[in-house]
Order: sequence, then C-alpha cells, then structure tokens
Amino acid sequence: MPVLTLHKAGPGLTVQDLGRSGWKAQGLSTGGGADPLAVLEAAALLGTGTDLAVIEMMALGGTFSVSEGTYIALTGAVMQAEIDGTAVPHNTTQYLPAGAKLTIGAVSKGVYGYLALAGGITTAPIMDSRATHLTAGIGKLLAAGDRLPIGADPDRARIPVNLPIDDRFAGGVLRVMPGPQTGSFSGQMLAAFSETTFRRNPRGNRQGIRLDYDGKGFGTQGGLTLVSDLIVPGDIQMTGDGVPYVLLAECQTIGGYPRIGSVIPADLSKVAQAAPGTTLRFQFLSVAEADATATTQAAQLRQLKDRCAPVLRDPHDIADLLGYQLISGVTRGDDLERP
Amino acid sequence: MTDTLQDPEICPLGVDGVLVRFAQSLSDNANARALHFRDQAEAAAIAGVIEVASSLVSVRIGFDPSVTDRKTITAAVHRLLSGPTSGDAMPQRLWHIPACFSADHAPQLADAAELAGCTVEDAIAQISSQQVRVMAIGFAPGQPYLGLLPDHWNIPRQSALTEKLPRGALICAVRQLIVWAAEAPTGWRHIGQTAFRVYLPDTDRPFAFQPGDAVQFAAVSATDFAAIQNDPTTNGGARCEVLR
Repeated sequence: MPVLTLHKAGPGLTVQDLGRSGWKAQGLSTGGGADPLAVLEAAALLGTGTDLAVIEMMALGGTFSVSEGTYIALTGAVMQAEIDGTAVPHNTTQYLPAGAKLTIGAVSKGVYGYLALAGGITTAPIMDSRATHLTAGIGKLLAAGDRLPIGADPDRARIPVNLPIDDRFAGGVLRVMPGPQTGSFSGQMLAAFSETTFRRNPRGNRQGIRLDYDGKGFGTQGGLTLVSDLIVPGDIQMTGDGVPYVLLAECQTIGGYPRIGSVIPADLSKVAQAAPGTTLRFQFLSVAEADATATTQAAQLRQLKDRCAPVLRDPHDIADLLGYQLISGVTRGDDLERP
Repeated sequence: MTDTLQDPEICPLGVDGVLVRFAQSLSDNANARALHFRDQAEAAAIAGVIEVASSLVSVRIGFDPSVTDRKTITAAVHRLLSGPTSGDAMPQRLWHIPACFSADHAPQLADAAELAGCTVEDAIAQISSQQVRVMAIGFAPGQPYLGLLPDHWNIPRQSALTEKLPRGALICAVRQLIVWAAEAPTGWRHIGQTAFRVYLPDTDRPFAFQPGDAVQFAAVSATDFAAIQNDPTTNGGARCEVLR
C-alpha cells in the first residue's frame, strides 16, 4: 500500500473528511474539515467522491513525500508550497513523484489549508469516517515521522485541472438565520448586532472562534436562564459576559448559552478561514431566504466538478519549452517517471 | 410531576433542521414528552429525514434539503403532534452500574449532602435507591444527563471549577447526575466514582446509553470497586437489563 510520510509537521495537522453525521443525540458533533468547502474543492479537482480524506493544516504546513507517485491538490487557505523547489499552484492538480519533497509553508491567506491526494488517506474509518475529532478522542494530531496509508492514484494519466474560486479568506458579511433563541434577544439588541463590526479574536480552534468588538455586550432580555439545547455549527453563542463565539465543525452538541442566530452553511467557510484580526459583520436573513441557500455536499461537489477546467499553460512559464514535442503532440513533460 | 406544559414550539435550527421545543425549562414531564416525540418521529420514517436527535426538552429533525423542505417537515411534525400520544413512557432498558461512595472516591459527597440537607449515609441511600433516566446525552460523547433527583437535590454548581475529574466520576448538580466523560473543567460536585465507560469509540457500539434509558447505581465497597476496576471483562461491572 502506498504511504504518505510526514518529515516535518506544523502543530495543527489532522486527517479530515466531511465528518460523521447522525450522532448528535449521542453527544458527538459531525466534525470534519473546518472548511468543508475546501475538502469538496479537493474532491472535485481530483475526481473523487465526497468520502475523500485529506490532511488539514492549521496556519502551517509541513514536509511530505509519497512512496508512489500521485496527483495532489492544495485547497483552502493559501500556503506557499514547492515540490523539490518548484512552486505548486493552489487549487490545481499537480503530480507529486515518488520520493520528491513536498514542502508546504506558513499560511498567507486564510487559516485552514488542505493537502489532498488522489487516492485519499486510507486510515481505518471509525464510525464510517476518517475525520480526527480531538475533543471526542478520535484520531490525533499528526507529527513528524508519521506514515499514513494512502490509496493509489487511479488515474495518473489525467489532464491537470484548475478550479477558480471566490475569495473567502478576507472576512466580510456573514449571512445569519434566526434560531430557537433569537427571540430571547430584544429587537434593539438584534439591530445593534447587525450594525457592529467584529474582529476575529486570536482565540479559536476547530470548535469555534471568539469575536471582539467595541461597545456594549450582547445579552438576552432579563438575563434569561435557558435550559441546555441542541447546537448546530454556525450558531453564534453569547457567553455570560456577552462575548460572541461562532461555533464550527467540532462544537459541542448541546449548550446552555443563548444563540442569537446561526451563520448559514454557505458562509461558514468564511468564518473558519477568517484569520485573527479579520473583520466580520452579520446580516440577518429570513428563514425562507436562508432555506433557499440550502444544498447538499453531493450537489456542491457536482457543481464544483463542472467548474474544473484543464490547466492552460502559458508558453512563457514553461522553462523547458524546447523539450516538448510541439509538432507531434503534447506531453506533460514528466512521462519518464510514469509507470 | 404536575408542571403545566405549553404547546410545543416549532423553530428553525439550521437550513436543514426543525426544532420542536416542549418547554423553556427542564422537568421530567417536558423531557418525557421530548423523548416520546423523538420515538414517534423516528417511527414515522418521514421521507427525507436523516437525523432525529433529542435533547433535554426538544427534538431536532434534520432533513436532506434535496429531498424535502421545511414546509413538508413542519406539516409532518404538526400531524405527529396532533395525533394520539398513547406512547409508552416506560424505559426500554435499565442499567445497573456499581458506584463507590468511599471518601477517597467521593471527595465532595459530604459537601453535596450538606447542601441537600441530609447525612452522607442518607445521600448514598437516596442516590443508589432511585432509578434515574438518561434525559439527554451531550457535552462530551456519550455523556448522560441523569435525572431528575428529588427537589432537595437542586444544589447549585460550585463557583470554583474542578479542573479535571477521573473518567467515570459520578457528579451532581441541579437535581441531575452525570457519569463524567469529558476532558474539561466542571462546577458539578464529585460525589462518587464508577468504572463505567459511556463511550468506546473503537467498538461496534460506541455509545452505551440511549436517551430514555433508566439507570440505577449500586453502592459497592472500596474493595469490591477495586476488583471491578481491575476486571477487564466487563464495562465497570455494569449490567443492562432489557425491559421491553
């Protein structure tokens, strides 16, 4: 079985997929990639299904090699990456030859970067998922020296593709839908919330991020004490001192703090990818408006696959242009290393 | 229990979920209604529903938005709520779980008993004579909220948090017990110790409890508890009795 070896590892590397759903009533949140859209983008680029398991890298990457050549893709946060000194483009399939060193550096835009391999990470699934869920004791942080099983690339003769994406790394306006506790906040409080510019606090992880702001705290009317109730990722929880947290993939399943609303799934990747200091604002939608944005991961993957396009290389960027057989056809230039 | 219940509220919870909330505060009655509705909703096998999850006083119905929508699910919820509620509130399973209340395994039992207005001996007798129900599972995977204990056990959380508790600790606050499974600080008081693991992620059945299960703790001596802790063939000496 081919293997991915970690020679160096940043402090926040885990195996992730789209998580394990259906265990909310047992106290286990779905988990999975903090930016699920980035996992789907990788699946689209590499032509896999929604079950692709990838390496999630928080803020810093690592150095990797594979025992068998495979196509890879880097999605999510932008991290400078090279294969044996040659830059690897973002959101583009790229061949990683056996033994070559893939070096992924610090993040330049966003928070969570993803390294995906065409055959996926093939560690043993637990409850039908390979996602590391640290707070539930499933899986662990990856470390230098780890060797992970990977699937063989099913198509090493593929045409490289690129996926153009909208920038979701700069914060901005997040759309929010009402939830079961929205009515506990006064209309005045809700209006103030929509008019406030928040900054992502450095405190944050896969469970959620804390927001800073200037002005008075956001509390419920009369300090209402609420019975603990179910949570979904995206919920904006107001702690006792009125500080908002936006909850992410690995959040708790029930909680007693009131939630002013819920960031819709379509905008949740923006939350996960907001680096400390990024400004965020909230815009309330009606339930009907929010529902109109609902989709499934399978449908998202189909749309992303439709947007993948063959890589067009500018002849100026091809250092060894004369080495190509320009008359009789096109080669990828690395045919000699293919089996 | 004779609390008055409002009509259930139907609220959105996510673009793919409907929350049915039976009360604004916790009572045995509200919890029983939520658990019963959970069973009804599961049995109804509503097209496009992918998850029915219950909490203390509410149930969330999660659906696949490519198959159905909020309007259809809400109509199905109304049909279920208006139908007969002849449901059997009896638990399906009764867990017997050994617990040790000796001083070194129950560092805050005396404190809790005093707050509840009884002696340590009475406290042990009360905790181990009453069947409690799994009202909800959460905070940590598989971790049960058990209740409700009689009114005099409505003891507050302590303001100073306990940083770390051994797994299986029996803790108490606000008329509830928890068999602790989290790696987090807590304000609940440590009143006993079990060797029971509520969550076994590497097994076919990772979660011991289902919401609605009944639990009875059996007080055991420190010597017997040590033997249970050292016996790898059982999960903390617990026994699960199927009632119906």
